[in-house]
Amino acid sequence: MNRLLVPVFAPGFFTSGPVHTALAVGTAVAIVCGAVGVFAVVRGQSFAAETLSDVGAAGGSVSFLVGLAPLWGFLAAGAGAATVMELIGIQRPRGRDLAAGIVLGASLGLAALFLYLVATYHGTSGATIGVLFGSLFAVDPSAIPAVVALSVVSAGLVGLLQRPLLLSSLSPDLAHARGISVRFVGAIYLLALAVSVALAALTIGAILGTALLIGPAATALRLTRHPGRAMLLSGAIGVLAVWAGVVLSYDSYLWPPRGRGWPVSFFVVASVLVFYVGSAVFARSRHGRRSAGRS
Amino acid sequence: MSSPLLALEKVEARLGGRPVLREVSFAIEPGEFTGLIGSNGAGKTTLLRVILGLHAPTSGSVLIDGRPRARRAMPGAVGYVPQKFLLDPDVPLRARDLVGLGLDGHRLGLPLPSRDRRERVEKALAAVGAESFADARVGELSGGEQQRVLIAHALIGRPRLLLLDEPLASLDLGSGREIVSLLHRLSRAHGIAVFISAHEINPLLGAMDRVVYIAAGRVASGSTGEVVRSEVLSRLYGQHVDVLNVHGRVIVVAGEGDPADPGADFKLTHADARTAS
Repeated sequence: MNRLLVPVFAPGFFTSGPVHTALAVGTAVAIVCGAVGVFAVVRGQSFAAETLSDVGAAGGSVSFLVGLAPLWGFLAAGAGAATVMELIGIQRPRGRDLAAGIVLGASLGLAALFLYLVATYHGTSGATIGVLFGSLFAVDPSAIPAVVALSVVSAGLVGLLQRPLLLSSLSPDLAHARGISVRFVGAIYLLALAVSVALAALTIGAILGTALLIGPAATALRLTRHPGRAMLLSGAIGVLAVWAGVVLSYDSYLWPPRGRGWPVSFFVVASVLVFYVGSAVFARSRHGRRSAGRS
Repeated sequence: MSSPLLALEKVEARLGGRPVLREVSFAIEPGEFTGLIGSNGAGKTTLLRVILGLHAPTSGSVLIDGRPRARRAMPGAVGYVPQKFLLDPDVPLRARDLVGLGLDGHRLGLPLPSRDRRERVEKALAAVGAESFADARVGELSGGEQQRVLIAHALIGRPRLLLLDEPLASLDLGSGREIVSLLHRLSRAHGIAVFISAHEINPLLGAMDRVVYIAAGRVASGSTGEVVRSEVLSRLYGQHVDVLNVHGRVIVVAGEGDPADPGADFKLTHADARTAS
């Protein structure tokens, strides 16, 4: 192997099967989360995303209990929760926050129960870490086609609806006046959000999933004032964060405690934070220069 | 004479079971500049929402060109400038993007960059004098600048009727005057009927062809000379009201008579007296 690459990519990185799966799943998920996350930030639905994610935790733990791939548990629970949230009326922000908060607490309680049952009956404790904090290297390669298909559907819906979504986020009345069905657009978006949240939960865990959804989007929104560019940039930032996470986590097998490896989710979330802080500093310095030039 | 551009016939509307509009009838002719004047809670926003099709009336009819309006809003015929608007500076939207959304915001997918689209956006920006801040984020603009951009957003679809919900509410007097004269110019130049709600009549006095006064869900309409008179407004408010004319401004004052609804009355006199001072 090239001597220069060794300090970055530990031996065996490029030939490892779990690394390939992790990169494939992580890249697809980061792109779709980037695009969908921009609208979660613009529409002020970060908290809704967090709720969907926590309901997904309950679903993911059930899937461990019955021996199903965790993605389907995340997905079914998230889509069900999105439907309920839509039915009980997400128009009023206060009602929305209260409902989300109550559902969120109950779901994590259920997840605690199911994970306890998994540990008791199956004698494994890996499920708890897997569901709550993710284990990208443990994703079954057979999940890749489903992950890619769900990513395409979710990103496709948001890409297709981006103009009506933008307009109804700015002012529902303005959108109505242009003949847009604000309710329909909002419901479709919530579904796309639920799918993205499930994908993010599979990648970095149900607890951390929203970090991949909101972090890159918030970073991109500081750097560009163009809606389409924000979606692309947000996806790119998410991909970089996931790649950095995979590489560093693989490398960490050589770090203390030797032979264990640090969690990939930690590195992904840490990279997201580094990008966000960097963009905040950059945006502030640019803003400072601009206002100095104006006066 | 052909049918008016917009006609309301005995429109009644409720909001949460409470009657908000009662037997509202009036008409707007093509190219007319009409003010909708009333205090907070008089029913102005509900009336505009009924015209737009955002709120279903319990009875009566809304006719556009003599025909009942379609249930779904139709992009194009009626332009709308809402009162409430998201102001978050984080939203990645330049003024020119918002104007473009007025043209094709209901379409799917990405806007195809075309010369025609670009030219129409530039023209709409120029019509409201917004070229200098066309590339700034909408959330970073001042209230008056945002109003201009929203007017361009509504105009780019070439509507024949432009509805504005309290566009002057959050503006200082100077910016408010500029917006009114801009609307007046646009109305005259392009034959667009303008229907603008406000809680004060004075900023609109020079521009209005017709006024619709609204109080507790009832309206009185006509030219300002016909409507802004003591007898008409007293009948509308259900109590004695004096109309004073001071240096070309109007002050509406509740009389000493029977204060049927002191709360609503106080707001009205307070608001109008303030502009006159």
